[in-house]
Amino acid sequence: MIEVRIHGRGGQGNVVAAYLLATAAIDEGHFGQAFPAFGAERRGAPVVSFVRIAERTLRRRNQVLQPDFLIVQDRALLKVPGVLDGLRPGGGILVNTSLDAATLSEQVGSAVVTLPATQLARTHLGRPVPNTALLSAFLTLTQILPMDALTRALEQKFRGDILERNLRLIEAASQQVAAGQWKERAHAAGA
Amino acid sequence: MRQALEGSQAIARAVALCRPQVIAAYPITPQTHIVENIAKLVADGKLVCEYVSVESEFSAASVVLGAAVAGSRTYTASASQGILLMSEVLFNIAGNRVPIVMTCANRAVGAPLSIWNDQQDSMAVRDAGWIQLYCADNQEAVDTTIQAYRIAERTELPVMVCVDGFTLTHTLEPIDMPSQEQVDAFLPPYHFARTLDPMKPISLGTLVSPDFYPEARHSHHQALLNAAAEIVAADADWCALTGRSQGSLVQVEGDADASVAILTLGSVIGTLADAREMHPELGPVKLIRLRAFRPFPTETLLQACAGVTDLVVLERALSPGGGGIVGAEVKAALFDMPNPPRVHNFAVGLGGRDVPLDIYPRLLQTVRSQSPRPFAVFDVDLDKLPAEDR
Repeated sequence: MIEVRIHGRGGQGNVVAAYLLATAAIDEGHFGQAFPAFGAERRGAPVVSFVRIAERTLRRRNQVLQPDFLIVQDRALLKVPGVLDGLRPGGGILVNTSLDAATLSEQVGSAVVTLPATQLARTHLGRPVPNTALLSAFLTLTQILPMDALTRALEQKFRGDILERNLRLIEAASQQVAAGQWKERAHAAGA
Repeated sequence: MRQALEGSQAIARAVALCRPQVIAAYPITPQTHIVENIAKLVADGKLVCEYVSVESEFSAASVVLGAAVAGSRTYTASASQGILLMSEVLFNIAGNRVPIVMTCANRAVGAPLSIWNDQQDSMAVRDAGWIQLYCADNQEAVDTTIQAYRIAERTELPVMVCVDGFTLTHTLEPIDMPSQEQVDAFLPPYHFARTLDPMKPISLGTLVSPDFYPEARHSHHQALLNAAAEIVAADADWCALTGRSQGSLVQVEGDADASVAILTLGSVIGTLADAREMHPELGPVKLIRLRAFRPFPTETLLQACAGVTDLVVLERALSPGGGGIVGAEVKAALFDMPNPPRVHNFAVGLGGRDVPLDIYPRLLQTVRSQSPRPFAVFDVDLDKLPAEDR
């Protein structure tokens, strides 16, 4: 079982990111589950969503307190207490930032992978919505699902121009991280 | 076909498959996605029905009551304060013996204000005279919604399908959506025998004198008791059609001969089931889920409790000043057993408090280390309480 916790802000597509990831997993024949932990729902407020991917049906409904991976959609959230809590030993942290990984890793005190997802989204979508770029990077790092699975999940959600733009975005995002860097860790978690 | 769906989206599609003719609803968290999805199906022409946007839950319930007695298959959904606002009409719907199906996206009741999940709302209207079925997961929510129409229409009783808010409504998971052909085969077109028709005038909802009132109440009670057979039959027939049983009245799993059992309603059972598998060292434990709370499945519950010496009743609501609601009803049912189990009654997951996997070992530890105490809210943080309430 792989457990992922996604931190973002209202309006960044945090729940959509979790749903897309679980949808891609389900469509590939795995078990997938995604759900949000809403606070008061408003733009800009910190929000959290959870994803579980497994080879057999999971029935638990509890929040993911010990994720294998963290996806952080806004670097400023790293300063919010609890965001890094519970990450399993050797777990991966992917952060949306224009800072380089070495600089941010030093600031955070743990190894992180960075992706300028907002910038990429502005370029390819024309909107600062970083979620699909981060998902693409996450799949590239972990290789838990083929990129086609994300493409098909996006095709269920978007049509026309916005779909085309997202497909270009995930292609560009994929090239910005080291393919397979988290593959062993993901495999150990049970991918 | 197995597909990834959010619970609310799946429930909306299940409702559409039942071919409702009139839907009236007022949005309230966490029910909103259900009615938004239905409204979209109507707007897109995928569901042909009258969708009435109303100004309150009182009107939502009133519109479906009126539409149902005019002969329509109807649907509404609500939660929390919305359920309470429609409560007067809920009693009228049931007392008039009108078949209506609604979803309760279970949520805490204020004050204090909470948008999150527990089951205080549906428990608050347990005496309204509706059938109440509590779902463990979203597949069950889909299948139970469809079964609910058949149960309602065969019993002339309304059915409330209780689905944990957020925990199920906002969770995306794999769902096997039945086909329209399957649902059509299961749920034929319905004619309400007492349809109001100006050509054949009858009265409905009239004043009932003391000469008949106790008889009407007796009949309502008896009808609910009799409905148990229809709940069983609907699940059995659905299983024959789709291969999926959703638990009939009471679902029992785990170790059949265990002397310790945990009983609950709704989606918490999934967390307990996974935790039980993770902790074989804690010994055999039976898990009992009341799928039907009204009618209360006394007989099936007693069978499930045979051989059990310690029964943990976990519920998601309470009656302040009284104690556990489910706990009290379970104890009353067990009173007639020759050797009833000791009951340990806790409320968990109130107002959206996470129910973690480790609740399972902690509950078993509690049961083994102490004799039953009065009802308690589990996991209360004493530091947050004023001294006099500790």
